[in-house]
Amino acid sequence: MTTHVVQDTAALLGRSLRHIARSPDTIITTVVMPIAFMLLFVYVLGGAIETGTDSYVTYLLPGILLITVASGISYTAYRLFLDTTSGIFERFHAMPIARSSVLWAHVLTSLVANLISLVVVVGVALLMGFRSGAGVSGWLAVTGILALFTVALTWIAVIPGLTATSVDGASVFSYPLILLPFISSAFVPTATMPGPVRWFAEHQPVTAIVDAIRDLLTGQPVGTGIWTALAWCVGILVVAYVLADLAYRRRIA
Amino acid sequence: MQRHGAVSTGTGTGTGTGIRRACARKIRSRAALTLTQRQPSTLAAMSTAPTPHGVHEPAVLLRGLTKSYRDLTVLRGVDLDVARGSIVALLGSNGAGKTTVIKILSTLLRADGGTARVNGFDVATQGAEVRGSISLTGQFAAVDEILTGRENLVLMARLRHVTDPGVVADDLLRRFSLAEAGTRRVATYSGGMRRRLDLAMSLVGDPPVIFLDEPTTGLDPQARIEVWRAVSELARGGTTVLLTTQHLDEAEQLADRIAILHEGRITVNGTLAELRRLLPPAEVEYVEKQPTLEDVFLAVVGADASGHAHRDDPGTRTSDDLTTPGERP
Repeated sequence: MTTHVVQDTAALLGRSLRHIARSPDTIITTVVMPIAFMLLFVYVLGGAIETGTDSYVTYLLPGILLITVASGISYTAYRLFLDTTSGIFERFHAMPIARSSVLWAHVLTSLVANLISLVVVVGVALLMGFRSGAGVSGWLAVTGILALFTVALTWIAVIPGLTATSVDGASVFSYPLILLPFISSAFVPTATMPGPVRWFAEHQPVTAIVDAIRDLLTGQPVGTGIWTALAWCVGILVVAYVLADLAYRRRIA
Repeated sequence: MQRHGAVSTGTGTGTGTGIRRACARKIRSRAALTLTQRQPSTLAAMSTAPTPHGVHEPAVLLRGLTKSYRDLTVLRGVDLDVARGSIVALLGSNGAGKTTVIKILSTLLRADGGTARVNGFDVATQGAEVRGSISLTGQFAAVDEILTGRENLVLMARLRHVTDPGVVADDLLRRFSLAEAGTRRVATYSGGMRRRLDLAMSLVGDPPVIFLDEPTTGLDPQARIEVWRAVSELARGGTTVLLTTQHLDEAEQLADRIAILHEGRITVNGTLAELRRLLPPAEVEYVEKQPTLEDVFLAVVGADASGHAHRDDPGTRTSDDLTTPGERP
């Protein structure tokens, strides 16, 4: 029997996007925390942080963008959890559709929702004095990295979405992801940190990704750092996808 | 051979008490007796011989189906046929395995052993073909609450790749008396409306076989009657329906044949008339009383819907019989 992965995914994507359009609070609650962090760090703590740059908001923004994505993807786990408990997941799976389209629709929805959230956060940053010297290609590269990062993290979110037994369980996983940027170069240069913390900060994905985005936005040469950032994104994506696929197969027996 | 088709020769009384065993034997022997009185057309519909290409095969065919969840054995060898165009009710108490049977037939669960075929396709090896032949209406209305009723139907139509999703959706909204509510979000619907939408969603693309898992659980009497009417209309259109229920009266209302799933096997399988003769009189009396209260309820709350509840048998009760002065006509 022929499958129609693209049409089925498009139909289901349309469904989830309507959910977002009809409950814009999912975007609002996603952006509230990153914006609050940005205000707190720029206007309260920022004066005491020495980053070696003129504008702290410009230094800070890449990390804030990653926090935005980390807080946004928990909605994928939430929506997926609701689908599995409401019975509509089973309805879809008892239909002659391409089964992979069910999860891909959620992942693409997450991508769209997070890109909207990111635009809102960048808008607020602009109001707070963020300025970028990056050209079109620089912005495209930043968008590409953030999109890849979003898809990778969304596949992580799919796992609790499929396996959680409660709504809280489905969304609690994102807290460590939101906190990870704090132990990275996102808020302060890693050079100020004590030995073991510094080692961790310099070898975790957030630092690589933040540095790459920061270099792109400030028009610095990105060097090999961008490849480390991309390797982290692709690595997370592959591992998360494999695990999500396993969880999915167990779920549909 | 026809006898075997009618009465599943389940001998699953190993865990039962002696009394139950004796009871089961009695039921079986009496069921066999009633068979001789069956009309030829019914007998023809019960043909159990699996044909290789599935043309004359029953719409649903189960042979020796087994399923365990870890240590818990749920199905111990289920045999069941559902003739094309008929309504069969799978009756059983909570945890009897009704939903497990439905999930296996819908390719949502894998059986441990035995054969399950739907519309001539094996559920284990031809899952995609099975899914193309069926539609599942689960225990809880699987509708998208954030979308409108019409959007739910259009989504189903797009997923089933019908040529004109909008037209199909509007047609179904009309058929299920949801035309006015079609543009409202499902979150605003009553339980009965959700169930009707749920059923309508199952009909998109006209699947030849429909599984209904406890279609009226949690519904008030009026909503149940609405659902019953919808299901009967389905069968009149030639759709094969296998439904599960815990309610005898539901099976009574809807089913051409009733199969009772007990301790992992089909212990009894026959028409309502046959089953009535099998049940101990006391139990029959109890069942007769329940609908009377329902009739009172319907008359008191003034259910218009109940008056149109089609009961094909003119001899049975309808709420029309009960007119309460002062209520609307």
